[in-house]
Amino acid sequence: MPFFLPNFLLYFSSSPAFLFPISLYPQPFPSLPHCPSLPLSLLFPIFSFFLLFVCPLYTHTHTHTHSFFLPLFLCLRAMSQGVDVSGLFSEMVKACATVDIVQKKLVYVFLCSYASLNPELSLLVINTLRKDCQDPNPMVRSLALRNMTNLRLPSLVEYVEQPLTAGLRDRAACVRRVAVLGFAKLHNLQTNSEIDAAVVNELYSLLRDPDPVVMVNCLRALEEILKEEGGVAINKPITHHLLNRLKECDVWGQCEVLRILQRYRPQSEDELFDILSLLDASLVSPHPPVMAATLSLFLSLCSGLPAVSLAALERVRGPLLAACGSMSREMRFTALCHIQLLLRSVPGLMGVHYKRFFCGYAEPAYIKQRKMQVLVELVNDENVAMLLDELRGYCTDVNTDTAQSAISAIGHIGRSYSDRCLEILTGLLGLKQEHITSAVVQTMRDLVWVCPQCSDTVCLALEGCEESLQDSQGRQALLWLLGVYGERVSCAPYTLEVFIDGVRSETSLGVKMELLTATMRLFLCRPAETQDMLGRLLHYCIEEETDMCVRDQALLYYRLLHCGIEETRKVLHGRRSDPSLGVLIGRPAEPISQWACSFNTLEPLRQGTIETESASRGSPEHVTFDPKPNTDLSDTLNYSHIEKVHSGSDSTTQRTDSSADILASNITVPLSLSLSPALSPEEFEHLWLQQQALHAEQDPEKMKEEEDYTYMEERIHCPAIPHCSPQNLQAAMQLVNIQTLAFTPPHTLPWRVYLYTHTQRTSSADMTHSTLILGELLYTGEANQKVRVKKGTGDREVVVEGREDVQIKEQEEATGDGLSGRELSGKDGEEEGVKVTLKQQPRDDKALKGFLSILTTVLHTLSSDRA
Amino acid sequence: MISQVFILSSKGDHLIYKDFRGEAGSDVVSIFYEKVTALTGDQPPVVMVTPHKREQHSHKDLHFVHVRQGGLYWVATTTANSSPFTVIEFLNRLTALIKDYCGSLSEKSVQMNFALIYELLDEVVDYGYVQTTSSDVLKNFIQTEAVSSRPFSLFDLSNIGLFGAETQQSKVAPSSAATRPIQSSREQGGKSEIFVDVIERMSVVIGSNGVLMKADVEGEIRVKCYMPSCSEMRIGLNEEFSIGKSQLRGYGAAVRVDECSFHQAVRLDEFDSHRILRLSPSQGEQTVMQYQLSDDLPSAPPFRLFPTIERDSGGRLLMYMKLRCDLPPKRSLNVDCCCYCGFSLSQELSSPDQSAELRPQSRAVVWQIPRFPGGTQLSALFKLEVPGLSSASMLEVGPVGLSFELPKITATGLQIRFLRLTPVQPSPSQRWVRYVTHSDSYTIRI
Repeated sequence: MPFFLPNFLLYFSSSPAFLFPISLYPQPFPSLPHCPSLPLSLLFPIFSFFLLFVCPLYTHTHTHTHSFFLPLFLCLRAMSQGVDVSGLFSEMVKACATVDIVQKKLVYVFLCSYASLNPELSLLVINTLRKDCQDPNPMVRSLALRNMTNLRLPSLVEYVEQPLTAGLRDRAACVRRVAVLGFAKLHNLQTNSEIDAAVVNELYSLLRDPDPVVMVNCLRALEEILKEEGGVAINKPITHHLLNRLKECDVWGQCEVLRILQRYRPQSEDELFDILSLLDASLVSPHPPVMAATLSLFLSLCSGLPAVSLAALERVRGPLLAACGSMSREMRFTALCHIQLLLRSVPGLMGVHYKRFFCGYAEPAYIKQRKMQVLVELVNDENVAMLLDELRGYCTDVNTDTAQSAISAIGHIGRSYSDRCLEILTGLLGLKQEHITSAVVQTMRDLVWVCPQCSDTVCLALEGCEESLQDSQGRQALLWLLGVYGERVSCAPYTLEVFIDGVRSETSLGVKMELLTATMRLFLCRPAETQDMLGRLLHYCIEEETDMCVRDQALLYYRLLHCGIEETRKVLHGRRSDPSLGVLIGRPAEPISQWACSFNTLEPLRQGTIETESASRGSPEHVTFDPKPNTDLSDTLNYSHIEKVHSGSDSTTQRTDSSADILASNITVPLSLSLSPALSPEEFEHLWLQQQALHAEQDPEKMKEEEDYTYMEERIHCPAIPHCSPQNLQAAMQLVNIQTLAFTPPHTLPWRVYLYTHTQRTSSADMTHSTLILGELLYTGEANQKVRVKKGTGDREVVVEGREDVQIKEQEEATGDGLSGRELSGKDGEEEGVKVTLKQQPRDDKALKGFLSILTTVLHTLSSDRA
Repeated sequence: MISQVFILSSKGDHLIYKDFRGEAGSDVVSIFYEKVTALTGDQPPVVMVTPHKREQHSHKDLHFVHVRQGGLYWVATTTANSSPFTVIEFLNRLTALIKDYCGSLSEKSVQMNFALIYELLDEVVDYGYVQTTSSDVLKNFIQTEAVSSRPFSLFDLSNIGLFGAETQQSKVAPSSAATRPIQSSREQGGKSEIFVDVIERMSVVIGSNGVLMKADVEGEIRVKCYMPSCSEMRIGLNEEFSIGKSQLRGYGAAVRVDECSFHQAVRLDEFDSHRILRLSPSQGEQTVMQYQLSDDLPSAPPFRLFPTIERDSGGRLLMYMKLRCDLPPKRSLNVDCCCYCGFSLSQELSSPDQSAELRPQSRAVVWQIPRFPGGTQLSALFKLEVPGLSSASMLEVGPVGLSFELPKITATGLQIRFLRLTPVQPSPSQRWVRYVTHSDSYTIRI
């Protein structure tokens, strides 16, 4: 028998023929199939045979005990391949009593996997394990202790506790490490049991253990055991102890300690800065996990000190960029996602290093896309040429997803640098590649919606690109553009005709809906050319179409046409661009606290999944501001009907609902606000300055002649408004059809907002007055306020301004004197008043008064909401 | 906190599965494989989420984090609030450890050494918490021996010179020399070796007008140690090595990097004066130093391309490419030149051992140049059949990507002056130094 032992080992080491030696046995299974997953029925006899006959034979002859290895090996391999080998459990229990450590380890791997299926048999193992806990070899002790707790059997808890407690005081650090975590495992096995105070105390005292891993394991165990109480107590002595020993820990320990320290709140500023300077070295650690954990801790410690947090972000830039160039692409991706977070607060952080985000040609698509998203954020006057050149290179990428995101990235940059980008985009149309054309047309639609000044170039580019458009997204975008800008695209009716002729074979619902709307719109501006095909389209959609949505839409348009062309125009000709953007293209810097909690979690890596999903459906802008014709209906909206239209969709709506109530009771004149025609920022600036110039002449006589223009100032007491986020304010204002055009960022002084609206007031006998109101909200802070008030009382000059104010006072004021009226309200808001300056053209005092009270109410509700 | 770790082959075979916390069943392995294979090209695969199957944990989602190395999926399941940096670094470290212990990373080596891998996992992670990944600590615990899959090679024999004479070969180690398990050194005895690799990755973009638009180098010094008893090692870098823009040392051509970071075990007390790194290497591989240099390479980029693209009368696109290698002569290397365009092809190359083919899947012409000698120039003419050729089709050609590996050259000029081991090794020890520059991304716009 011994002669074939070397043979056997040789076969084993030169895989995968290691199964052959078994077939040498004179046994009832002549040849084993050479397949990765062995049937259990075969394994069992092999194993039993080895255990019963072969193994004793070897141990007696003092040969290499590794020969146990083969059956175990087979069995474990089957197990990790997913075959259920739990039937061998009882044999394994026997095999566990051995002196060979390798065999022991393998048997334990098996036992721990199947213990939950065989709780009774597992009891037999406990004895061996307990004996091993007394072994002189610390490795055997730690192994036994670890696997004792890994069996995960509540019934064994009583046998395990005693060796664990002994393990805490073991002289070998490796045993203590295992024992400490063992208590966490025990606790989680029986979560409803009482927490043993003695154990907890013991663990707290082991925080002073000389071995750093034991210390960190104590933290981990206490976190789990005291989960209900909010985790391990982090007080000043513990914090300082942990910080002092941070250097001894390895990367993993440091991360754990830094994470747990996030709960600590320093008692004084001095202490805080001591901690920060202690941590400074790990902030620039070459190990990304330590760097990220330290930054996380910095952000949570300095949540009240934005300047310090910003300095930390600057400091971490180097290591983060290094992680972006790491060998491992997964690490690169993680770093990129976190850089995107940082850029939300400090858009200029990586500006100089934009070249680091150029894509390598062999990088996977998901990294390329992230890099492009970062590049879009980093664009500025100096690098825009270089960046666009680089992005243009990606547009012809082999991977269509990469190409499409490059195109939409160019579209994003086009909001600030439209000429250069449009040039590239139109150039791409010349390629006549299906996926490129589709992406370009979608990008152009989104760009035009934001920057209407691009429409001329876009209209020129649209000619002839329908031939290379196949997918429904691209065709929808084309149809939308043709509908909205049909009068400027000469071939628009012919293009639509092609679509209408093919409508029978059209499968996409979206395309059909878009086609209907586009044809209707085109009919309004080019009736002669379109009438016939519109008729055909409506006929088909109403008579033959099976889809309800399309049919209803067609019916709606059909009936709308019955109401007359003017009505139809009013409904269909809505906005061509998103009025909410305009000057507000650059995203305002977010406070760090917005994302600090998701830093160094999986969250930023996941967000991308959602983002890119939406990007592949259509461009993200289009999802958020879908320019559907029916949203345009609300353009001219009587404010007293607000409740009906926007019935409680979100909190901002709720707010204006209540404001509308108040308004309705205050004002009797029917007044409606509307946003059309839209005013571009340039026009606004022009009008505002023009009227300011007129006003500056300060000649009462002349002013009197200038009847079609009014100027007023008002103070509104609403302390919280300047701290309100621009988005909130904008949303609230839009609900009552007031358009905000420009903001200073929140928390800056002086704080300004510019806004405008059109009022329409029906006075007697069908006469409608419509006026344009421009407004400025100004908050300068306390000191300036007082100066202004003084000036108002003493100086005659200001009264000149006040001349026009006579008509526009708060209702409770009875005096006809403009000066005193304003002064009164000025005193009201002396502490924290927002100065409202309104300019109206042509003059309509009642409308202005009405508008002011709407504005006041909105601001009040907003500020009480904040408070 | 890591709940489970498993390794899958690219075909989805389960190779290793270890559950640390018993929070989810082993069915997650197949859930993972379904998810990862269902991803479309643009979805980032690093993190995926699945709702927890078991009732008592239904409030938590299960997150898969995985890396791909050696053609295998290395997956960890975890919860949402764990640090992605830590989990990914752990998985990378795990692959490095397994590579150290098994010699190489492949489906075969993982399959053959799975007992060793279970043992490693058991020591490295306990209850989902990483305990240690230092090979110094682990070597005391790991008992299983690695099974090496390296085939018998005649090259090993050729190293032995006749009558012990030093042959040319004995001064060169095969590139596979460093891919052996660290523990076998114990049995083989005499072979105590140390490998120091200076590896640099270049990413270069050259504009269509030949102007260098971007040139970045990321480099690292890696030490792979097979010595059981090496208390200290001193690595001397160029004296004129400087970090950052301000410092200038010596009179020679400065070797400059922008940023530089060191492994925490490196002692830098002699670095400022003599540019010496001191460390006690642990067994296995570790990255001692990492550095970066942007936009300011000491030498010109190694390759330049002079393309001309024309339309000929027969409606074909003529692409005439002249590729110049500016390396010192006597160097020759293999270059793959890859140009994106989407058409069928006929070609004229300047030498028969070059080859060019059109890969329809990636829409690229791949021009393979074996043994490209330094200081020379090669040219190729590609004739492309383009259906519906227009002036816009020219836009679609390019960029050209080069991939190559420059042995014995570092782009930054970093050199290792000396490598000293203390105490002086009793047995004959071998110290190998290797310089390699890879093309991470070498793009030339047309």
